[in-house]
Amino acid sequence: MKFSKILERFLQLIPVLLGISLIVFFMIELTPGDPVEIMLGDEISTPEQEASLRHEMGLDQPVHFRYYRFISNALVLEFGQSFYHRRPVIDLITERLPATIELTIVAMFIAIFTAVPLGVIAAIKKNSFIDKIATVGALFGVSMPAFWFGLILIMFFSVQFNLLPVSGRITYDLEVPNKTYLLLIDTLILFRLDSFFDALKHILMPALTLGLAMGAVLMRVTRTSMLEVMSQDYIVFAESKGLKRFRIICWHALKNALIPTVTVAALETGSLLGGNMIVETIFGWPGLGRLVVEAIFDRNYPIIQTAVLLYATTYVLMNFIADVLYTFLNPRVSL
Amino acid sequence: MLITRSDVLDEGQSIFVKNLHDFVRDRLAFASSLIVLFFFLLALFAPLIAPHDPYDTDLMRRLQPPFWLDGGEISYFLGCDALGRDILSRLIFGSRISISIGLAVVFISVSIGTIAGLIAGYKKGVADILISRLCDILLGFPYLIFAIGLMAMMGAGFKNIILALAYKEWVEPCRVVRGETLAAREMEYVEAAKSLGASSKWIMFKEILPNILSPLIVVSTFRMAYVIITEASLSFLGIGVQPPTASWGAMVSDGREFIYDAWWISTFPGFAILILVLSINVGSQGLRDAFDPRFHR
Repeated sequence: MKFSKILERFLQLIPVLLGISLIVFFMIELTPGDPVEIMLGDEISTPEQEASLRHEMGLDQPVHFRYYRFISNALVLEFGQSFYHRRPVIDLITERLPATIELTIVAMFIAIFTAVPLGVIAAIKKNSFIDKIATVGALFGVSMPAFWFGLILIMFFSVQFNLLPVSGRITYDLEVPNKTYLLLIDTLILFRLDSFFDALKHILMPALTLGLAMGAVLMRVTRTSMLEVMSQDYIVFAESKGLKRFRIICWHALKNALIPTVTVAALETGSLLGGNMIVETIFGWPGLGRLVVEAIFDRNYPIIQTAVLLYATTYVLMNFIADVLYTFLNPRVSL
Repeated sequence: MLITRSDVLDEGQSIFVKNLHDFVRDRLAFASSLIVLFFFLLALFAPLIAPHDPYDTDLMRRLQPPFWLDGGEISYFLGCDALGRDILSRLIFGSRISISIGLAVVFISVSIGTIAGLIAGYKKGVADILISRLCDILLGFPYLIFAIGLMAMMGAGFKNIILALAYKEWVEPCRVVRGETLAAREMEYVEAAKSLGASSKWIMFKEILPNILSPLIVVSTFRMAYVIITEASLSFLGIGVQPPTASWGAMVSDGREFIYDAWWISTFPGFAILILVLSINVGSQGLRDAFDPRFHR
């Protein structure tokens, strides 16, 4: 894989990102009514305050100038002030981001470590009972509304059996000082096992809810690609050489069968971030998704705008990584 | 290419009829489509079927459980919510929201996507570049985020949901149609129409479109499932259909406060979404297996 190819593919991202920024910028323009009045809401304000906010948001300037300012500010991560919190938007977002990242990583782990083995077994034992269960399970996984699945988990594990906490990241008196801002790692570094298990209990249900749909997709991809690989000549050859079946599956087949899985996993991680609004709302998870949902009800447009831009950029970058990863793992395909 | 038995047509049988036979033979998919049909009928005749007025509040029946639990009544089959409204009736009326939004969004987006895809695939050149880039940009947004962002800006409401979902939803059918059109424009029948002097509009809509209908139908049904879940998610978050209108997503959200003492409020509407979406997915898979030659078993 040539470096110049990757660079070329990377440069292709620029028009897409510009287009995304244009759409995000015009979302505010779509808003019915005067954004200044909406942002000020019920607060009593003087005409001077309104004028100063209007000036601060650049609303007294022509539209192309405002877009230019939006882009140049976004490039240096300057997204303005949240009027409601009276703090810079970027601070609010970076504060909430670690919780979302931690949740996403754990959800991804759950999805990969259940979906891949299940997909492989389903493929090797095609049309068996396990295969049918896995296939039906995957269909349920993509058809289940996440918000409902989360509630069912709460009813079962919290209300009925009182095993897991309903909301939050950690119990109040078990909090630990921040190092990496990822609680599971922080608690381990400090050898606070009680806190670690408490944080683990808190993250389990949200991560399971978030991981379900991703796991379903990954299972199907793994199964399909494993089926394809198992019918290839080199596998038949390895079998006729008398190699152990377990070795063929784990060593010869899996290596190639996992290529699409890895790519889809990277893609899905990007879209996983989209699902966290729902999951964070249900489980009171103090992450970015909840911040956005709160911002919607407060009509806090700078936060919504920034978050949508951030989500979209991450998603596009994950797509790019998936593409590069795919060619890296499968040299026959070029970008 | 190997010709299997099911690829051979009986005399006088059209491919469409043969595919339809294949679909009906797939019992699971056929049963699922019957369930979908059941939901459609429910939505259509909701006022005739629902046992009570879905908006009729009765605080005496606040949080009344389903009939099989203590305190339940057979006439309030699935119990009542926090305002004493009959859950079964609200479920039946809620199907109207899910299905009408699903149908409206899919209809609008498939129409736009088909036209855009035909133009991009047939004309190629500048039109193709413009349309494909726009698709790339819209695909850059995670689905739910885009809809949430738009709803936050436009405000909640029935019409706005349809718009917010359709803005991005046309991309998927557009890409399918574009791909199919690119392949179809090189076929002999298009060549023949061209040499007979047919206009490009005629070729696109009268020659190519009927030939790519199968994949288009399949992608439309799959997208319908997606749209229904997204609408429910928006309504769950409170930025979709506004109360007191009965919608499944909002009903699940209504029950959140009461999961400790009234599990039935959230459980049934969520289950309805699951069954409807699952049936659409299974049915679509059956349609794809039967109608898309690449998936012929």
